[in-house]
Amino acid sequence: MKTKGLAAPYLVWMAIFTLVPLGIVLFYALTDSVSGSFTLANLARIGSYMPIFLKSVWLAILSSAICLVIGYPVAYYIASCSPMKQRFLYMLLMLPMCMSFLLRTLAWVALLEDTGIINSVITSMGLRPLPLIRNGGAVVLGMVYNYLPYMIMPLYTVLMKLDNRLVEAAEDLGCTPGQTFLRVTLPLSTPGIISGITMVFVPAVSTFYISQKMGSSGTTLIGDVIESQFKAAYNPNLGAALSLALMVLVFACTAVMNRFGDGEEVVVL
Amino acid sequence: MKKRILSFLCALALAAALLPAPRAKAAGRVVNVYNWGQYISDGTDGYLDINAAFEEATGIHVNYMTFDTNESMYTKLKTGGSSYDVIVPSDYMVARLIDEGLLLPLNFDNIPNYQYIDEAYRHTDYDPDDLYSVPYTWGTMGVIYNSAYVDEEDVGGWDLLWNEKYAGKILQFDNPRDAFGVAQSLLGYSLNTHSEEELRAVTYKLMEQKPLVQSYVMDQIYDKMERGEAWIAPYYAGDYLMMAEENEDLRYYFPKEGFNRFIDALCIPTCCSDKEAAEMYINFLCDPEVCAENMEYLGYSVPESAAKEYMDPESVANEVAYPDEETLARGEYYLYLDTETTQLMDSLWLEVKTEGGVDYGPIVGISLTALLVGGFLTARGVRDRRRKANRCRKWRQAS
Repeated sequence: MKTKGLAAPYLVWMAIFTLVPLGIVLFYALTDSVSGSFTLANLARIGSYMPIFLKSVWLAILSSAICLVIGYPVAYYIASCSPMKQRFLYMLLMLPMCMSFLLRTLAWVALLEDTGIINSVITSMGLRPLPLIRNGGAVVLGMVYNYLPYMIMPLYTVLMKLDNRLVEAAEDLGCTPGQTFLRVTLPLSTPGIISGITMVFVPAVSTFYISQKMGSSGTTLIGDVIESQFKAAYNPNLGAALSLALMVLVFACTAVMNRFGDGEEVVVL
Repeated sequence: MKKRILSFLCALALAAALLPAPRAKAAGRVVNVYNWGQYISDGTDGYLDINAAFEEATGIHVNYMTFDTNESMYTKLKTGGSSYDVIVPSDYMVARLIDEGLLLPLNFDNIPNYQYIDEAYRHTDYDPDDLYSVPYTWGTMGVIYNSAYVDEEDVGGWDLLWNEKYAGKILQFDNPRDAFGVAQSLLGYSLNTHSEEELRAVTYKLMEQKPLVQSYVMDQIYDKMERGEAWIAPYYAGDYLMMAEENEDLRYYFPKEGFNRFIDALCIPTCCSDKEAAEMYINFLCDPEVCAENMEYLGYSVPESAAKEYMDPESVANEVAYPDEETLARGEYYLYLDTETTQLMDSLWLEVKTEGGVDYGPIVGISLTALLVGGFLTARGVRDRRRKANRCRKWRQAS
């Protein structure tokens, strides 16, 4: 009971900066842009943006999966190093995040462009430039690069805290290293995987800057559409409706993700 | 010792806070200018830094901000919460802002330099009584291309932007009015059509172009064209002159089908907080000498002949900036379309931007992921239930 008071500042913060804005989003989504009267027309228009929603979700799933595949071994390696080395590697991991996200993306553009650094090396050798930028792959690359630390950090935290005695016990009881990993380490690191995927998926699905800079005219994502409605087209009502749909979608995906965390105690028991 | 330094620093900070601020700040007057990107002489390449010169002359601090399309400037004004004293919309946007009551009538007693504005740029369609705006520049929209990569025989009309030979090297405007203008000129429609049928035809034309377009850009065009990342782009003549200084291969032409001709004007929005300072700023920009220096840098065409006397005769004779009457006659101004047509154009533009055909990749990918996730969860559920049942059985046997 007493600890409840400690959360009060955050509750106030959340009420002002999360619930009120959410209410405003809801209000805009349900009103007409000209007359300001109640309407469902904005929500009805969401259907026509389904292909874009699907594309955004798919690219976000792809980049979360790639982040997991790349990030897990890295986190595993860092967690198994000596504390000194761990701190150093962790710092290296955090280092790029000290730089602006926009700058890092622009740096990729400078690398990948047709007249960019990589392609000028290729053309100077007399070869044709490669189509490295302005396709779906480049967008995924941008997402993976920018959000990879968000995958490694929770994984590292979980793996570092993993009780090594459980691994030893498994080995004692005759598990091969592969079995130990699959039946002990992997299940125990599920919470890290879940929060890692969530932390990559959520910003990736709503990104607009990466797709604008690294994508083509055909890789417009839902974030781009929302941004254009607020920034250029002055139709905040449609923008709010799309944001709302995106929010529901993200909640649904997170709920599914959390199902993976359920029932873990049954397995551990 | 450390402590001493610390206390010294504290004292210093305190003193700094108590001391009166520098003179310019003491005057406390600020003019908030909201202009297009790269649209004022800022002191590079040895040109006059106009904002600094204004501060020096008047003691009024210039708070300078930029936008990249008329539409985003409009959105900023409309959303409120911001205070701008001077804005630089284009002709049709001036008319829209007047129509919606977002501009203040100017006090021309504070803008004596208005006398230098040529008769040709007064009594315009967008501000017939010359109440709200002072012309800043005028110009034309044409096609810029890189002669190192583009064949001369393909050049001449707007169809160059639809030429599949140059797929992926073509840029297009990232604002509805200009992008529609390009396609309207190509199709031979008026730039000010209200016809939904024509606007839809334009939309399809733009969708047809989409696979060839490298990206939809505004100010990024400088970088892309100068480095040869893109080869063909529709843009404003003045910006071409600026780009041509960086890349000699760039060329410009007035498309044979016709093109847009525009005036960008200085206006004061209703959110203005110091109207007199704003008028002083407008007056300063209209001073023939300042204006000459500014236009020399910008490459845009000057609406006051008095300024031409101070300019390099070569730039005044430049045919891109000052085409002959015959060419200019093919130009058409944008007029303000009513709210309904503007909104239709906005939503059609969104259709162009979001159009991508049916793409099966994401659908297949998402379904596969869903199947995998679903399968895994069910399998685990079944396994857990079986384990639990087993455990219960063992427990029962034991007891």
